[in-house]
Amino acid sequence: MVNLGVKLKDLSLKNPVMTASGTFGFGEEFEDFIDLSNLGGILVKGTTRHHREGNPYPRMAETPSGMLNAVGLQNKGVENFCKDIYPRIKHYDTNILVNVSGSVIEDYVETAAMINELEHIPAIELNISCPNVKEGGMAFGTSCASAASVVKAVREVYKKHLMVKLSPNVTDITEIAKAVEAEGADSVSLINTLLGMAIDAETRKPLLSTVTGGLSGPAVKPVALRMVWQVFNAVNIPIVGLGGIMNAKDAIEFILAGATAIQIGTANFIDPQVTEKVVVGIEEYMKRHNVQDINDLIGALQIQ
Amino acid sequence: MNYLCLDLFLTDIILLGTMKKLVQDFEVLQRKELNDDHFVLDVKALEPLPEIRPGQFVNVLVKDSNTTFLRRPLSIHFVDYERNTISLYIKKIGDGTKKLGELKEGDSLNIVYPLGNQYSIPNNANTLLVGGGCGVAPLLYLAKHLKEAGNNVTTLLGVRSEKDAVELDAYKEYGNILVTTEDGSFGEKGYPTQHSILEKEKFDYVFTCGPEPMMKAVAAYSAQNNIPCEVSLENTMACGFGACLCCVTETTEGNKCTCTEGPVFNINDLKW
Ligand SMILES: Cc1cc2nc3c(=O)[nH]c(=O)nc-3n(C[C@H](O)[C@H](O)[C@H](O)COP(=O)(O)OP(=O)(O)OC[C@H]3O[C@@H](n4cnc5c(N)ncnc54)[C@H](O)[C@@H]3O)c2cc1C
Ligand SMILES: Cc1cc2nc3c(=O)[nH]c(=O)nc-3n(C[C@H](O)[C@H](O)[C@H](O)COP(=O)(O)O)c2cc1C
Ligand code: FES
Repeated sequence: MVNLGVKLKDLSLKNPVMTASGTFGFGEEFEDFIDLSNLGGILVKGTTRHHREGNPYPRMAETPSGMLNAVGLQNKGVENFCKDIYPRIKHYDTNILVNVSGSVIEDYVETAAMINELEHIPAIELNISCPNVKEGGMAFGTSCASAASVVKAVREVYKKHLMVKLSPNVTDITEIAKAVEAEGADSVSLINTLLGMAIDAETRKPLLSTVTGGLSGPAVKPVALRMVWQVFNAVNIPIVGLGGIMNAKDAIEFILAGATAIQIGTANFIDPQVTEKVVVGIEEYMKRHNVQDINDLIGALQIQ
Repeated sequence: MNYLCLDLFLTDIILLGTMKKLVQDFEVLQRKELNDDHFVLDVKALEPLPEIRPGQFVNVLVKDSNTTFLRRPLSIHFVDYERNTISLYIKKIGDGTKKLGELKEGDSLNIVYPLGNQYSIPNNANTLLVGGGCGVAPLLYLAKHLKEAGNNVTTLLGVRSEKDAVELDAYKEYGNILVTTEDGSFGEKGYPTQHSILEKEKFDYVFTCGPEPMMKAVAAYSAQNNIPCEVSLENTMACGFGACLCCVTETTEGNKCTCTEGPVFNINDLKW
């Protein structure tokens, strides 16, 4: 028996495979396809302080080896989550993490404080890629100062594991990672979607209602791997790697680059059973390479 | 609230509770070319098919296409429980549907199904089905269910010209079949909403699927004549089962997922 269990500081995962926020609903959407208790953790939809309708249609465009989305954080707000959704999903035998978003610091703080009270939610993932309305629309996660300020404020009210999800739309992601580590983040997850756009040459129109949107899928994998590797060499807190993971081989690559755990997003749309297959595939890889403990693979990239 | 809404509402609740979604490999039994760009693909399930309702759809995985990353949503055209097959009625649009058009007997096709809600099935009513383009896909299976529930079924297909008027015998099994062609080469000349039957006969229910301008015209006819009407919508879909929220339609109750709360909507609920 090989050991697949990993720890993100105090947070134990039975294996390193988690799902990416916004691609896995509340987990319920996948109950027909897989046994959620086989996963290390699930990330539920981006949750905000208040109800959000999200962006108008069209919200999605397929691109070479990937897709662009402009969902715009459609969700019913944190109160609805606590009252209606949480009681339905809290029995899952896996770590349930809530992805928390906001456009002003107060919203992040209030949302995190409410989720702090939920017994079966051991951690939140702070999504700092949303535009900061007060500072003129620039994303919190694109400057060290604003990233630090939101993490600092949430850290004061949130007592459990605080994961911070980093945006790749920056010049130097290690600076942001160091800034959130300094303010008390317990782990970082990366990457969120890369800003992109798609045009229909025939109609001369953009394919998304918002013109630009977030790119995900295998198209972003090399960028994501590079960023995980850079952040691994810059911080001491554990890293959760994601971006374009389609199979166990991709997952292993992220772990070798320094990720303690990984998340799977877009791949769930193409194969709703992919997460379970990745768990099995990681185990097979370990047996094939005679590795007893997954922890021996974290950051084990051999240069030269 | 009219009876149709109520009907749909009740069946939806039952469905949501019982219908398990599956991901399975199917085997291609045959591909029938209908004309230059339409074909029907019959695929056989390796395990007994679950209950599939008219208006539902499948999401198929296309292999060997560099430009096809996501699955392709396709309506369920027909289900044959004796042969354990699903038929798909497909129009070649881009590389994904073109590759599906190259599948041969014995090839395998991975399918996520059954997805979406369903058309409601009244009893002993005079029903009209209006289809255009590849939007005719769900109407054959719907016609079968309507007939079995004791309804009188008239199917009205709008196509470009005679060569596009296909599978008419199949529809005849379940009722009356009428055609309009844009060039007048077959049936009545014009669009479906210009067909003389709409003046002559009084219908109790209208069901439609096809290009949006056609469905809007059918919806307008139904609204004017106070006939309950259900339409089947398309949208950009990444998952097909409610996980991504990429496929919303604006309704009177806010944004709804076309893939789980649709694709069938009552026109009263849409902001048309
Ligand atoms: C719920 C649902 C049910 C559907 N049922 C059927 C069905 O039964 N039979 C069927 O043939 N099709 C059906 N479709 C449409 C079908 O999914 C698309 O035609 C298919 O995804 C196109 O894939 P492709 O790779 O061939 O083309 P792509 O490479 O994706 O597209 C090629 C070009 O066509 C455009 N395009 C894409 N989709 C459409 C479209 N629907 N109409 C017009 N232009 C489009 C694209 O913008 C692009 O420019 C359905 C769609 C939905 C959402
Ligand atoms: C449809 C869709 C919705 C998403 N919603 C969120 C979200 O609400 N919060 C968030 O932090 N990330 C969101 N993401 C980003 C993913 O969690 C993930 O970071 C990104 O897609 C890269 O991983 P992937 O290539 O495996 O999908 C979303 C991605 C997609 C495709
Ligand atoms: S296509 Fe993903 S929610 Fe409808």
